[in-house]
Amino acid sequence: MLSAFQDLIYASGFVHLTLGHLVMWLIAFVLLYLAIKKQYEPLLLLPIAFGILVVNLPITHLMEPNEGLIWRFYQYGIKWEVIPPLIFLGLGAMTDFGPVIANPRVLLLGGGAQAGVFGAYFVALLLGFDLKEAASIAIIGGADGPTSIYLASKLAPHLLGPVAVAAYSYMALVPIVQPPVMRLLTTEAERKIVMRKLRPVSKLEKIVFPIITAIVIMLMVPASAALVAMFMLGNLFKESGVVGRLTNTAQNELMNIVTILLGISVGATMTAEVFLQPSILKIFLLGLIAFIIATAAGILLAKLMNLFLKEKINPLIGAAGVSAVPMAARVAHKMGTQANRQNYLLMHAMGPNVAGVIGTVVAASILLTFLN
Amino acid sequence: MADLISPLAGKVWKVQVAVGDKVEVDDEVMILEAMKMETPVYAPESGTVKEIKANVGESVEEEQVLMVIE
Repeated sequence: MLSAFQDLIYASGFVHLTLGHLVMWLIAFVLLYLAIKKQYEPLLLLPIAFGILVVNLPITHLMEPNEGLIWRFYQYGIKWEVIPPLIFLGLGAMTDFGPVIANPRVLLLGGGAQAGVFGAYFVALLLGFDLKEAASIAIIGGADGPTSIYLASKLAPHLLGPVAVAAYSYMALVPIVQPPVMRLLTTEAERKIVMRKLRPVSKLEKIVFPIITAIVIMLMVPASAALVAMFMLGNLFKESGVVGRLTNTAQNELMNIVTILLGISVGATMTAEVFLQPSILKIFLLGLIAFIIATAAGILLAKLMNLFLKEKINPLIGAAGVSAVPMAARVAHKMGTQANRQNYLLMHAMGPNVAGVIGTVVAASILLTFLN
Repeated sequence: MADLISPLAGKVWKVQVAVGDKVEVDDEVMILEAMKMETPVYAPESGTVKEIKANVGESVEEEQVLMVIE
């Protein structure tokens, strides 16, 4: 009788708890607080935080290969690279490329901001990470959650958890991280630059854009195919106007389902053993560096372009090349109105913002091509 | 007479004035919402509000006339 009771105790998780587990619980609670109370990216951070909590409960075997529930989500959703492309399908169905089509120059700004990725890459190597790890960390600078997860899951899966948490945290912190950099690198006069209203974009242009972009990018960088194909297909759904049901599902139900599965799976990779390493602090530092370099690169590129342009770009929108959509565009707009109340940069800033998403996917695919 | 033109596509969030109110140039007369951001719109001229053409909750397009001020 007593031995049965003893067995029950030993079968429970309590006896197997370590300090490491408790620290991870604390982290999970902090993230839950940020997600729920402060509403920091709650759609991702909440399931991630809960995933962290449950995976740090001993002998639940949630992440046990071939057995665990969450292992299956991870294996078939992330390892098999199904979830990030499906998220891109949803993103494409929610994205308006009008501001890019009306002002194709902003594609350069979206590309320029990816300098943050490559800058952070070299700093990461200096800090002792190997080539694949450095790439997985540097992609945080692309400010794109699914792309970061996609790349990290392929190149450095052991870093997937911290990379994802860092990426989503910094995206939520864009309104805090970007403005000082923007103020430092622009003059008051530059911030006052008013941009002319964007020309109207025809329906035909909006339909042709995803098709041409898909062809061009997938030919240039075949490694980008999974993400780009889904991104452009989603956009085509939306712009064609004839598949409202599909667009609706892609924007809503599909996005929500994969977001749930993504969040839990990513969180559940963060066991105490994996997460409580000194390298985690380096990852968070590198994420910050990546965002700062990306912001600076976008602004400086806009200023460079202005040397050759009759109709000047307001350099603030260069910072929106950091593709946290639409946060970075909002930040650029807000700073613009602070300099000049009559300046409405929001739609102008959306150009580099969505172009930056394409830019990040291309950057990730280039890294993948060379490192895989 | 001046038309208050919408600087962007969005929804009318708040209308700060009523027909007959006197406004000065650059007074905040309306707030639009776009991308979950409140964007205030300012009077282009001093005068009296003659007509309010867009009401709270309405979706407006870029360059749509929101208000007429005399």
